[in-house]
Amino acid sequence: MTDALLSVKNLYKHFDISGGLLDQISFSAGRLHRRRTLVKAVNNISFDLQAGETFSVVGESGCGKSTLGRTIMGLYPPNAGEIHYSGNRIDNLDHKRLLPYRKKMQMVFQDPYASLNPRKTIRQALEAPLRYHNPNLSNSEVKDRIDEVMIQVGSDPQWISRMPHEFSGGQRQRISIARALVVDPDFIVADEPISALDVSIQAQILNLMMDLQQQRNLAYLFVAHDLSVVEHLSDRVGVMYLGSMCELSEAGILFENPRHPYTQALMSAIPKLEGGPSEHIRLKGEVPTPINLPSGCVFHGRCPYANARCTAENPQLLSLEDGRQVACHGVEEGRF
Amino acid sequence: MSSIRSYIRANGMTSLLEVKDLVIKFALRTGEVTATNGVSFTLEKGERLGLVGESGAGKSVTGFSIINLISKPGYIASGEVNFLGEDLARVSDERIRSIRGNRISMIFQDPMMTLNPVLTIGTQMTETLHQHNPQMSKAEARAIALDKLRKVYIPSPEKRLGQYPHEFSGGMRQRIIIAIALLTDPELIIADEPTTALDVTIQAEIMELLMELCETEDMGLILITHDLAVVAQVTQNIAVMYAGSVVEKGPTAQVVADPQHPYTQGLIAALPQSSGHGERLNQIPGMMPTLKNIPPGCSFNPRCPHVMEVCKQQVPSLRSGKNSNLAACHLYPPEKDNPSAR
Ligand SMILES: Nc1ncnc2c1ncn2[C@@H]1O[C@H](COP(=O)(O)OP(=O)(O)OP(=O)(O)O)[C@@H](O)[C@H]1O
Ligand SMILES: Nc1ncnc2c1ncn2[C@@H]1O[C@H](COP(=O)(O)OP(=O)(O)OP(=O)(O)O)[C@@H](O)[C@H]1O
Ligand code: SF4
Ligand SMILES: [Mg+2]
Ligand SMILES: [Mg+2]
Repeated sequence: MTDALLSVKNLYKHFDISGGLLDQISFSAGRLHRRRTLVKAVNNISFDLQAGETFSVVGESGCGKSTLGRTIMGLYPPNAGEIHYSGNRIDNLDHKRLLPYRKKMQMVFQDPYASLNPRKTIRQALEAPLRYHNPNLSNSEVKDRIDEVMIQVGSDPQWISRMPHEFSGGQRQRISIARALVVDPDFIVADEPISALDVSIQAQILNLMMDLQQQRNLAYLFVAHDLSVVEHLSDRVGVMYLGSMCELSEAGILFENPRHPYTQALMSAIPKLEGGPSEHIRLKGEVPTPINLPSGCVFHGRCPYANARCTAENPQLLSLEDGRQVACHGVEEGRF
Repeated sequence: MSSIRSYIRANGMTSLLEVKDLVIKFALRTGEVTATNGVSFTLEKGERLGLVGESGAGKSVTGFSIINLISKPGYIASGEVNFLGEDLARVSDERIRSIRGNRISMIFQDPMMTLNPVLTIGTQMTETLHQHNPQMSKAEARAIALDKLRKVYIPSPEKRLGQYPHEFSGGMRQRIIIAIALLTDPELIIADEPTTALDVTIQAEIMELLMELCETEDMGLILITHDLAVVAQVTQNIAVMYAGSVVEKGPTAQVVADPQHPYTQGLIAALPQSSGHGERLNQIPGMMPTLKNIPPGCSFNPRCPHVMEVCKQQVPSLRSGKNSNLAACHLYPPEKDNPSAR
């Protein structure tokens, strides 16, 4: 799709954790070897995000959700692949040319302390990005703008002279959302924005995010481990396993009838409020490290349906009739 | 459940655990605060009880107090913790040490609270056994440790005994914690957010394991968590805490399907499962008061959609709601001398 707000194409992000040169060198069979250790956090990820859409990324801890979000935000340079925003390629821009896009793309984190400096007042936290991206604003325009976003996130504009520690977790999260909104973005990466909050406060923040989306036609890349929350607010969901996208679909279709064996296991483990203990699919073994990616399908070692092809050949995302994409040989072959 | 309970009472059997009017205070420099204000609940042998509520509601403090682990500046100001008829709030330090980690085990959210990073799993397990039974032979301790590791489905346990905590994944570590908790064949396990840090797939495994063990070993379980869905899957009864008090208790399925206290109602209504896809969620306005700002009367009254004048003045006692759940709420008529409401 060419009209996508964000388009991620075959994105790779690997971290080099080899350490210093001496750590990398080993001596064996009479020769010196230099070994580099790479964490292959994100591998060949592609998806589009439309304006006003919520796309969620789910998967177990360490599967690369945050790395994907941060790479899209330009916080990490990708190793390969492309990122397009409003039709322009942005992954290869220098700092100065990236600036206009940085303003349109903002990030909200799980721990509001990560984005709010504990030694700065709320006013300072909100003013800095606003003035940075809009150097020509007058003082009164800055104040008006800050008052406006504070009200929009349901916080009292009077609070802006306070410090972050004077607020509860929910209030701090409102303020970090205000901080993202103050520069008027079109797109927000929300990485576990409600995971640290209690249920009654989670509902307040999720409502706020949904309201803001409607008012401003915001697009979200949403990361959360609470799958009932993901099901509720996502238009589409991508399921990641060990740095790869294994299934990508409209949310209702995915939760109704997951097709990838990993998605099936994940969904079966969601605790349900009613109906007592449910049968969940037990996976054998453990998640391998992203340092030594398995050959073939990254899931084959734990998959109940793996066969010889699965251990050898890496499955590509394949579109099904219902519009979803699944990377699984078994689904392609109609084996289950 | 209430019929089992009345049968047990009628036959003069002792409950596994009976927490009665427990008041825990913290003597802070800025003044004294009350962390739990008269918490009461009962657990029968082999029963699984969920203790739910939001952060700061007093769940952990209640759990810790059962094995007298409240440390200064906290203390049990009043109330009883009757474990098979013996009030653990009043026994000697020596006596509580012989019960803690032996007949009552505790599992924490962070496995490293229990595990020593520099000792092998085998050493830690056999040491625990020796602590409670110095006469036990090495071979016997090792055999018990292996047996418990098998019970929690650790593959090749003989090899695993020689490994250190960091060699295990988060989910495996939590299973080892459960194996350690099982070593002494406890009658009660208190699990404080045992899966909060884990992925859902691993959470499902750990919960299934805990449930299975409670049944096969006839152990009681107090599962402390903020996750109602987890409690709904695992426990038979629930106590809902708010600002230091139990505001509702009853059979799990009934509390979830037909909550009586406005707070429980609000909590369940706020879950995404309770609203249609993409609809606004039913939020509870405001937030739980901190211990220093607990309002007079019902502590939920500033957030309650049904608040009445009496709610701002009198603390409501637990009483029957429209079903057999007990709710601390003035919407229902108080019960005089109702023993089960205590
Ligand atoms: N800066 C970094 N340097 C080296 N490795 C990293 C770095 N950031 C992430 N990783 C590794 O990349 C992998 C993916 O991590 P990431 O944080 O993206 O996972 P995640 O899906 O967000 O997990 P979680 O649910 O725990 O937040 C992990 O193996 C992680 O250890
Ligand atoms: N050592 C302490 N000193 C002072 N206050 C304390 C101490 N420990 C706990 N409290 C207070 O007691 C109250 C109950 O705390 P508790 O840890 O039991 O909450 P909880 O329900 O377990 O919450 P969470 O879900 O966050 O674990 C809180 O208000 C807490 O601040
Ligand atoms: S006692 Fe009153 S304020 Fe408290 S929950 Fe019941 S109706 Fe609401
Ligand atoms: Mg992350
Ligand atoms: Mg706690």
